[in-house]
Amino acid sequence: MRAVENALGITIPDNARIIRNLISGIQYVQDHVVHFYHLHALDWVDIVSTLKADPSKTSSLAQSISDWQKSSTSYFKGVQDKLKAFVDRGQLGPFSNAYWGHPAYKLPPEANLMAVAHYLEALDWQRDVIKIQALLGAKNPHAQTYIVGGMSIPVDPDSQNALNAGSIAFMNGLAQKAKDFVEKVYIPDILAIAPFYLDWAGYGAGVGNFLSYGQFPHDTVSNTDNLYLPRGIILNKNLSKVHPVDHQKITEHVTHSWYEYSDGNDKAKHPWDGETNYKYTGPKPPYEFLDTDEKYSWIKAPRYDNKSMEVGPLARMLVAYASGHKRVQEVVNSVLKKLGVGPAALFSTLGRIAARGIETLVIAEQIPVWIDQLARNMDKGDLKIHYGEKWDPSEWPSEAQGYGFYEAPRGSLGHWVKIKNQKIQNYQCVVPGTWNGSPRDAQGQRGPYEEALIGTPVANPEQPIEILRTVHSFDPCMACAVHVIDIHGTEVTRIKVV
Amino acid sequence: MKFTSDDSLDKFAESLESLKKKGISRRDFMKFCTAMAAILSLPASFIPRIAEAVATKKPYLVWLEFQDCAGDTESALRASKPTFAQIVLDVFSLEYHETIMAPSGKSAEKSLQDVVKNQKGNYFAIIEGAIPMKDNGVYCCVGGRSALDIAREVCGNALATIAVGSCATWGGIASAKPNPTGAVSVEKAVPGITVVNLPGCPMNVENLTATIVHYLTFGSLPNMDSHNRPLFAHGKRIHDNCERRSHFDAGQFVRQWGDEGHRKGWCLYEMGCKGPEAFFNCPSVKYNEGTSWPVQGGHGCIACAADHNWDLMTPFYRRLPVVPGFGVESTADKIGAGLAAATAAGILIHGVGRLISPKKKEEGGE
Repeated sequence: MRAVENALGITIPDNARIIRNLISGIQYVQDHVVHFYHLHALDWVDIVSTLKADPSKTSSLAQSISDWQKSSTSYFKGVQDKLKAFVDRGQLGPFSNAYWGHPAYKLPPEANLMAVAHYLEALDWQRDVIKIQALLGAKNPHAQTYIVGGMSIPVDPDSQNALNAGSIAFMNGLAQKAKDFVEKVYIPDILAIAPFYLDWAGYGAGVGNFLSYGQFPHDTVSNTDNLYLPRGIILNKNLSKVHPVDHQKITEHVTHSWYEYSDGNDKAKHPWDGETNYKYTGPKPPYEFLDTDEKYSWIKAPRYDNKSMEVGPLARMLVAYASGHKRVQEVVNSVLKKLGVGPAALFSTLGRIAARGIETLVIAEQIPVWIDQLARNMDKGDLKIHYGEKWDPSEWPSEAQGYGFYEAPRGSLGHWVKIKNQKIQNYQCVVPGTWNGSPRDAQGQRGPYEEALIGTPVANPEQPIEILRTVHSFDPCMACAVHVIDIHGTEVTRIKVV
Repeated sequence: MKFTSDDSLDKFAESLESLKKKGISRRDFMKFCTAMAAILSLPASFIPRIAEAVATKKPYLVWLEFQDCAGDTESALRASKPTFAQIVLDVFSLEYHETIMAPSGKSAEKSLQDVVKNQKGNYFAIIEGAIPMKDNGVYCCVGGRSALDIAREVCGNALATIAVGSCATWGGIASAKPNPTGAVSVEKAVPGITVVNLPGCPMNVENLTATIVHYLTFGSLPNMDSHNRPLFAHGKRIHDNCERRSHFDAGQFVRQWGDEGHRKGWCLYEMGCKGPEAFFNCPSVKYNEGTSWPVQGGHGCIACAADHNWDLMTPFYRRLPVVPGFGVESTADKIGAGLAAATAAGILIHGVGRLISPKKKEEGGE
């Protein structure tokens, strides 16, 4: 959308900007919470140990860290009873065969019980708060109201078929609910759990280079100085300098990817000239191993100025922090202070988890601001949602090219388009999962997942939960395979990180 | 279990007792069963039967993802009747789901194998995503096995397979021309299995829970159309059930995004709406617990539940009659109040052609 708008020189109306910010913003909040509780927490929280917890101690713990209402002894007792009944029925469902009881689990049973209670609460909460997106996008997931030039959801306080004062009230209620849970449950949980795992502030650093395209424009997308989360690059973990982003320096390698470039596989291509000629050269399935000296991935290897970059909440928070973003600095400093660590701790598995929480809070606080902007526009009589002059392709120039930057919850998303005679000539997407999960490039440089795993201690090679912790901390968008191999080359175990 | 209306209330009370032990309140449970009866278009007298079925059985489920985006998984997380927490803890036993499950790698594979081996013929398989057939299936492998290999084993041993989302039900965007990986639906990849197709991008989770409860209640799968889609979800055309239908009949059309007609909720036909060619219960069930659906959001329907909409229903923003392959109405340029009825009749003819084709299913084709 932004790529085509950029190619055609379209500036979207203010209401469309606000609606897009809201759709994206509530997605950050909902998605990050789901990631923490439902896709990552069980790497740190032993669900089986909750049965041994004393609910009154869980209650004391919960009340000592937050004034969230659901914190009584009877509440936690109820959750524990439910879990007991569940276990007694003998069908553990999605919790079967995990590494319960592994020595790497450090939380006391009471803290585990609190976390599992919040796991269940978050499941209900996420279903509700994402209705902001369902309203503005017509459904969630897969919002359908995005159109080139703006949005298709009408705004009119005098109509029952458009966003009106009732919609503003509906969104405000959900925004409050979203912020409450983040402030009173999610952030306190991170702060309560992290002290048991502070050694993870020393593992999983990754490549040390961070990229953020910036997100949430205050006015037009092309004004890069006015994004709520700023655009920039941090190199070699140096927070004293934020480098500008030049899209021309982005290239993709296919040396270790199952693609071929017409002028040689060791060349790197800018996405405008990108090619997607797939050619699989791996083993015929079923197979046990891929040969990582050769091509071994469907992911291309994107590089910025020939460097491997990490993208995602940690990258965005570091760029914002180093750029002097006031609210981000406040929250980061307060989290670091509470955990008794310095900024260097951010470059780690634990730092990635903390940054995701910090970003969730900062964006949850901003959502009511955008709702208010929309209400003010309505009040002024500004009902415009779409710039229509380029809607008909016959209004387009015979040739155009553009790019669009977006920060998805899990990281930098760039689209590049070339248009010729009203048709797409080339379209290339460079998505967050390819930055973080990239295989090696022509120079042999590893991507962030691969780099982050180096030096990770594994207590029991049969149950490598430590590997899961680091890979999951990136919020991977796919399953990827990590093989644990001993020094003799014998496979000890294979984990598919899902 | 069969029972008559006389003893149904006793059984119902029993089932509520057992629910209490599971931590579900009577009120929540009644709400769920009542809503389920409404979705399935059943009379209130069926509510106790639904309650009984849900309260006493805990069927095994495995959920596989192939060429997908996890959009249907996300949709599952939005389930409200029952909620996802109830699904995971109380109603079903979800043994395998890569995105949700706690174990990884070999431990995860063990979870899947345990069900396939120990519950043979006794579990539901839910499949999300298309299956690539070209080049030995190398375009989608999980743990070194091709999606096709896994689907043959898992769906082949299942009681029934439920294909969720457009990719699993007809190939979806992965199968759009030129379909580089040879992506096909589950029923094409594994012929001969029992399949319920729940298309949509994403599928509407209300239809998934309703399908399973239907099975638990009646011991059979819901009646389906020629595309193996449940009639309760795909038996009616969006256009016939649309909240904007009166504006179509009155010839009141949106001409530009944000114009007066758009703000007043007029018909989106001129903006490319494919509602007249789409069979789905969006207008009545909507998404996200009734929050909205595309037409309510001011955007035309893109017929995401219709086979090959990426190839057959595009361009999405050109009105239907000039969509290649559909020369239904040549006079659409002159459409207005007077001609609307003729247009509707033209579209209806096409629809009837589809509705009378279930016989094809028995002949093994589709």
